[in-house]
Order: sequence, then structure tokens, then C-alpha cells
Amino acid sequence: MLAGVVFVALMGASIRVHAQQASNPIARDQILRTGLSSDGEVHVMHVQGNVYMLVGAGGNITVQAGDDGVLVVDTGVTRMSDKVLAAIKSISNKPIRYVINTSADLDHVGGNEPIAEAGSTIAGGNVVGDIGASAGNQATVIAAQEVLDRVSAPTGKEPAIPQGAWPTDTFTTHEKKLYFNGEPVEIIHEPNAHTDGDSIVFFHKSDVVSTGDIFVTEDYPNIDAARGGSIQGELNALVHVIDLTTVIAMQEGGTMVIPGHGRLCDQADVVFYQEMVTIIRDRIQDMLKKGMTIEQVQAANPTMDYDPRYRVDTGPWTTRIFIEAVYNSLKQGPPSEHGQ
Amino acid sequence: MAVLLRDVYNGFVIRRMFTEGKNRKNVVRSVFFCDKTLAPVGRARGLSHVQSQVKGAMRTANWARVTLFLILVIIGSALFSASAVAQIDPSGDWSPRFHEDEPERIPGPEIGDYLGLPINAAARLRGDSWDATLLELPENQCRAHATDYAWRGPSNIRIWKEVDVPTQKVVAYHIYTSAYNESRTIWMDGRPHPPPYAAHTWLGFSTGQWEGDTLTVTTDHLKENWVRRNGIDRSDEAVVTEHFLRHGDYLTVAVITYDPVYLTEPFIRTTDFVYDPAQVIAPWPCEAVDEVDRPEGVVPSHLPGTNPFLNEFPANYGIPPEAARGGAETMYPEYKLKMKQMKLLPRPKTKAHDR
Repeated sequence: MLAGVVFVALMGASIRVHAQQASNPIARDQILRTGLSSDGEVHVMHVQGNVYMLVGAGGNITVQAGDDGVLVVDTGVTRMSDKVLAAIKSISNKPIRYVINTSADLDHVGGNEPIAEAGSTIAGGNVVGDIGASAGNQATVIAAQEVLDRVSAPTGKEPAIPQGAWPTDTFTTHEKKLYFNGEPVEIIHEPNAHTDGDSIVFFHKSDVVSTGDIFVTEDYPNIDAARGGSIQGELNALVHVIDLTTVIAMQEGGTMVIPGHGRLCDQADVVFYQEMVTIIRDRIQDMLKKGMTIEQVQAANPTMDYDPRYRVDTGPWTTRIFIEAVYNSLKQGPPSEHGQ
Repeated sequence: MAVLLRDVYNGFVIRRMFTEGKNRKNVVRSVFFCDKTLAPVGRARGLSHVQSQVKGAMRTANWARVTLFLILVIIGSALFSASAVAQIDPSGDWSPRFHEDEPERIPGPEIGDYLGLPINAAARLRGDSWDATLLELPENQCRAHATDYAWRGPSNIRIWKEVDVPTQKVVAYHIYTSAYNESRTIWMDGRPHPPPYAAHTWLGFSTGQWEGDTLTVTTDHLKENWVRRNGIDRSDEAVVTEHFLRHGDYLTVAVITYDPVYLTEPFIRTTDFVYDPAQVIAPWPCEAVDEVDRPEGVVPSHLPGTNPFLNEFPANYGIPPEAARGGAETMYPEYKLKMKQMKLLPRPKTKAHDR
């Protein structure tokens, strides 16, 4: 009898504790939602194989390290660069050879200059010929051509970021391949998704995909129409990530996915997200077919069932803007795709 | 002796009905209820408060149910007391019994049956939009059951402990669940949970501690998963508490799911298992295949307001459609009184119903 009474008390206490935790998910996920940690530090997590995930510098950063040196996917915001470099040093003392940008977003390219300058490129042959005599002074910065177009500016105009932070090695094809630290590294352009310059990076042997902002875990996808993004391109990219990934069993494990923002994922997480975005797209498409205006669509709340998890009402990318972006993207039809 | 306990915690009344004799050996059955708040309560109350509520709780109990329950318990005690042993270690092979919610567990739930689920409007719309065809997609065919749902699968389970040999301390309990070949670890060594940016899995990250004779386990880092297999999911932000209670040859696992996204109240389920040392667990491979040739990226779903199947459940079972929509209110026995005032849908005329 007494044991039963004690048990009820314990059970009640555990409910109280978790009800309190559950009532404040925003605080729990601050590092996921903002990309910046409450302690101001950059946190390192080993993903698998040669690949690590750095969290707390803005956008997530992927680091691949091995005997050949260090490859960095995205560089976070500028002010966190020292801490990013310290975090990279905690993984490897080898030189940074490559920086890859998944988009032109400032929270992904902000640290390009200091981080590339901390590295070096093995120059010689046509590498010097392509880049110039200073090729060896910094890591090579790789991105789709559209990223350079977005961050640079003609002479006399103000660029989005300083010239030292611009990509030094761009590609206009569907993909660019490297073989680095004993594994193929595939940089795949995903046209007109989040923007027109998105790339995902697939580390074949480590079995990790770094998606940039094509895939995030804390809000709806940022479809930046002004920079060439589209809902269909976004969905195509998500399906492509799913295609690239392989599970071990029971829809779990295997290829790990590092999102542009948020927690580490695998295929199932991307599937849930792709299903959500597709369902919302289908609803707005149906409303568009019925002749509904954007105001009517907003009032119908096509994201209602996913809002408790993903809705954002403040900042530059709110749920209302997302709905409007999907609406406008569907109204305009598929954009002309580059690099396909 | 049958006792109904009730206590109020954080806005919820937790009731535990159990029977016991002079010692723990004869405790054969316990049932948990989460009851709605009877009066505003500002904070959790202590043990003395629990004891003081027992008399009041007994006065308000449904004595017809208690009497029936007591008869079953006496019969059960007579049948099983000979083999019961006083143990609290949950190690062993355990076989499920399907007397709890059998229609939902084995044939599977009906479309649109949200009865008894403390869901919010968002979860309801997700359920309404859900198309069972979604399970045909290769990516969903082998989707496993998560920690809080796995007990309700067709799950034969095996529990064993991992001991640190020099200190003889229990480092972990391991649980193998037959459904979906799932292997789970409950860490008992006090290690911290992973950071929020770590991966989530179907089974999450579990740590346990003994609270008296009860093993209490906290699990987070869960992937989104079923509350009911008809499109009602809880989110990946859920935290699950489990209480393992062993009464001789019976194991009761009480699961409490807290989800700030889709549940308005904690969702409590208990599942019973019987000790079965001769149990043979078959493998459970799962291979995803292309069952239907579809364009890539298609996600079957019903647009809002277009799901034609939602009324089948209330019509076929004679349940008011309003009740079938679920919500915390529908968890409580008092809701039956409210249901009597609700209108029913006409039952479809089929041979089955004519019988």
C-alpha cells in the first residue's frame, strides 16, 4: 500500500517536471532555432567517418578532416570566425585546403575570409594558372557560380561581402567532384531551391550529406524568390537528398544529414520534412486553382497542422512570408533552371 | 484490498487503482488513469496529501467498476499466485497480451478514430489529411515504432542487464523488441543526455533510475512517431517517461508521453506482459520495395475537408462524430455522460450490421 502511494507521488513528480520542460520548447532549442548557442561557444560533434558538425556559429558548419587536410562546408557568421577556427583546430592541425559554400547566405559565407586565409592551397600546375600566383596563400573557396554573382559586385559598386570572402573556384555545371581525405566529395548544384546558387555536399565514404539551407529542422524552408528560389526547386532538392541517402534498417541510420540549421538528421527526418512541404504545396496549389487570393490563402492557414512545430512569427523569415513565397512561386510556374 | 488513489499534479489528476494483499507478492494488477482536474491546484503536493485524498477518492469511485475489477483480481490471484515471485528486476523474456486496445493494435485503428487522445486541432488536421497510401512509399514501409509506441506493437520483448563486473553495478538495461528488430538501451550509470543538436532516433536516448521498486525511465531525442497509427503523430520534441513495474510474472509498463506540439495533456498508456522464459522470438526483417509506380516526390494526402472516410468510424460504431474527433476531454470517464447528449450518425445498412 505504502509502495503504491510512493509510486503515485513519484509519478506525479515526474509529470510535473516534464510538463514544465515541455511548456518551454523554445528555450530548449535556442541553439537550433537561432544557430547561436547560449554560451557563445561553437560546439563540435563527430558525425561519422571523417566528418564533424560545428554548431553555434550561425548556419551549421561541416568539417571533413584527414591526412590531406581540412575541408570546411560553410563558415558561419563573421564574428564567430575565431571560435570556428579554434573548433577546427580541435579536430585537426592539418591545413584547411577547401571551403565550400552551400549558398550566398551571410550566415553561411560570413567567415569565408578569415577561415580561407587560415588555410592554403597546394599550388602548381594549372592551379596557379587558374587562380594566380597567390593561389597558395589561402584555401580554395568553391561554390556554384550564382553564389559569386550574389556576393560580388561590379567595380565601383558595394558587394555583399568583401572581395577576400568571395568564392575563388566556381562551377556552372550540375556538379563538381573532389577526392579528398580518402573519399569522393561530390558538390551538387540544386537549382532554384532555397536560392539559385544552392549546393549540397555528399561525402561518399563517410556517408554524410551536408545540405545547406535546402533542409532545416526548425522552420519552414526559406524560399528566397528574389534570389532565384522556388517551391518546386526546393522539393526537387529535398527528393534528391532522400535519393542520395541510404538507411541501415528500419528507416534509420546509414547516411547522416547535416542541415543548414538545426539538429543532425538522417533520411527519415528529411522524408518527414519533404512530406510536410509537399502537403502544404498541394494545399496552396489547390487554393490557387480555386482562384483564391493570397489574403484568402493566408486566412485559410494551409500550414495550421505543422505550425506548432515550425511556425515563426518574428524575424526575416516568417510563416506568412513562407506561405506567400509558395503562393507566388506556384503562380509564376517553374523557373528556368540553370545547370541542368 | 482494492484501492483507488488519486492525486493532483500540475493540473492533472493521476489515479492508480491497484490491489494488494499483506505483502507485495500478491499484487497482481495495477491500472492508471489520468483524470481531469477537479479543482485548481497551484503546485504539486506531497505524500501526506496523497494519503489524505485516498478516503475522498474512495467515496467518489465508481463502485460498480471497482467491484467487477476486484472479482477479476481475486480470480487472477488464485490462478497465478502459485507462480508469482517477488522480483523487481525486469530482466527476462516477456510475452505481450493484447487485452488493452486490441482492435487498435492488431487489425489497426480506424480512419478518423481520435477518441481518447489528448490532441490539439493541429494534430487533428494532420490526421484528417493522412492517407494510408502514404505507407506504400518505400521510405515509409519500414518506418519503425518509437519508444512510446513500441510496447503496443506485436512486441515480444527481451530485457537483460549489463553489469560492470568489478563494481557489479548495473550500467544499463537492454531491451530487444521483436517488432522491427529494435534494440534499445536504458543507461543506468547517470550519464547526461546528448545535446539538442544530436540526432533523434525512433527509440531516443533513455536514462533510468530506481524509485523504490519502480524503474523510471526518461527518454528524449525521439523522432516523430505514432500516437495512433491513423495519422495521429506526436512530434520529435516529445519527452517520454516510462515506469516499469514487475509483480512476479507480470510486467506492467506505464508510458507517459509529453508533447508540447500535438498533445494538450500528458498521454498515458499501460501495457502488460507475462513472463515467458520459453519464448522464441522470430526475426523481423523489413525490405522496402516499390509497390506502386508513382512519380518521384508524390505524397498522398487528403486536402482539408475532403477526406471521405472520416465518418465511417463513428457511423459504424455508433459513436457521436464529435466524440470521434478526440481531445483531452474524451479521455475521461465523465465524457460518457456528455456523449449521451450527442447525435449519432445513421448506421450504414450492411449485412454485418443487420446481424
